[in-house]
Amino acid sequence: MPSQVIVLGGGVGGTIAANLVSKELGPEAKVTLIDPVGMHLYQPGFLYVALGQANGRWLAQDERRLLRDEVDLMIDRAVRIDPENRSIALARGGTIGYDYLVLATGARLAREEIPGLVEGAHDFYSLEGAIRLREVLRTFPGGKIVMGVAGIPYKCPPAPVEFVFMLEEFLRKRGIREKSAITLASPLNRAFTIEATSKLVQPILEARGIELGTFFNVEAVMPDKKVVTSIEGEELPYDLLVLVPPHRGAQVIEDSGLGDERGWVPVSRATLQHEKFNTIFAIGDATNLPISKSGSTAHFEAPVVASQIAARIRGTTAKENYGGRVMCFLETGHHQATTIRFDYQHPPVSPQPSLQWHVAKWAFNRLYWQTVPQGRVA
Amino acid sequence: METLSITRRLDVKGFNCPIPIVKTAIQMKQMASGEMLEVLATDPGSVPDFNAWSKTTGNALVEQTQEGGIYRFVLKKR
Repeated sequence: MPSQVIVLGGGVGGTIAANLVSKELGPEAKVTLIDPVGMHLYQPGFLYVALGQANGRWLAQDERRLLRDEVDLMIDRAVRIDPENRSIALARGGTIGYDYLVLATGARLAREEIPGLVEGAHDFYSLEGAIRLREVLRTFPGGKIVMGVAGIPYKCPPAPVEFVFMLEEFLRKRGIREKSAITLASPLNRAFTIEATSKLVQPILEARGIELGTFFNVEAVMPDKKVVTSIEGEELPYDLLVLVPPHRGAQVIEDSGLGDERGWVPVSRATLQHEKFNTIFAIGDATNLPISKSGSTAHFEAPVVASQIAARIRGTTAKENYGGRVMCFLETGHHQATTIRFDYQHPPVSPQPSLQWHVAKWAFNRLYWQTVPQGRVA
Repeated sequence: METLSITRRLDVKGFNCPIPIVKTAIQMKQMASGEMLEVLATDPGSVPDFNAWSKTTGNALVEQTQEGGIYRFVLKKR
């Protein structure tokens, strides 16, 4: 009788995990991936959409095409997980049982938590948000643009820095750079959490005339006055405001009592097993691990979870633990980029921005569909 | 040694930058002038972060110690 392995969520982590468990175990496991929509989105592309550099066509593909034939795809939404009875209640009715469960449910945006954010701010953290921002930028006459952070943790830590670099180039191409002032409002006293990367990008921000606002944690937006305020008591006026919205774990995680107060799933940092339930694992944005919420994190974690589940089903020792590996690109505009690479043992390193890394990111964006979700690239 | 009268305590052990600073800012916002917040952290980056935050915001860093990998900061709301 094959073991029932359910993967909740068809993003990068869930898709790779489902494929690798299926590949590893063959007929020993029946793998089912449950996703509410069944379209796999390449989220790093939203930034490019917002700045008019991508039309959205290469951002989404049918999840079915990315999954091995042996993996079942169920289009539905999990509404409640019962870890004691190992069963999941579904929105369309009925329940499904599991022997092992992978929570790849990602992060959801909680824009409503910040007063005035929905009315006053834009974001590129969803496809519709990115398209809306793109349309505004198309006809923006010039003015004060503020990029800020309205909640920690958030997906893709370098994104605000990338946005201002790419925005600067965009405004230049539109011929309105001289009429515009760009401010990056950071929650810390530097551009980015990682010191080494901050040291690298701060001189470039300065050279491009991008202002850095420090210790600015967004508290509220006042759309009538066009002002964004911080917990620290400061105010920044804006003509166009772009904010990283607050993030929390998926609704089903919170409703099932499987997460912390923000809905992040508490897991072992090495095995990614739930701290309380040993048949549940979590991957990617969904976890509470104090590491970057990044596609690369999910990508590197998925083989670990597959290996852990396979070992438990077979009664052997897992081959892999998660070493905390993360790898991010950071576009610095003008056809240059850098990378940020680190793991639990090694602090982050970033090379000087170069054309080479910009091309590497471009290539990754294009080759993603043929290589990553299938688990072909380690 | 004078014993500090701690109004609130914040435990951010296990959280990495910038969460310790962000949670501290949220706590301090809710406190009255003169009240003290004690923060416990394990992120080594919190040492320069709290020093910088204190200087920028004017909330005095009254005490900072480290023992066995745990950093303790006491901040006074200005």
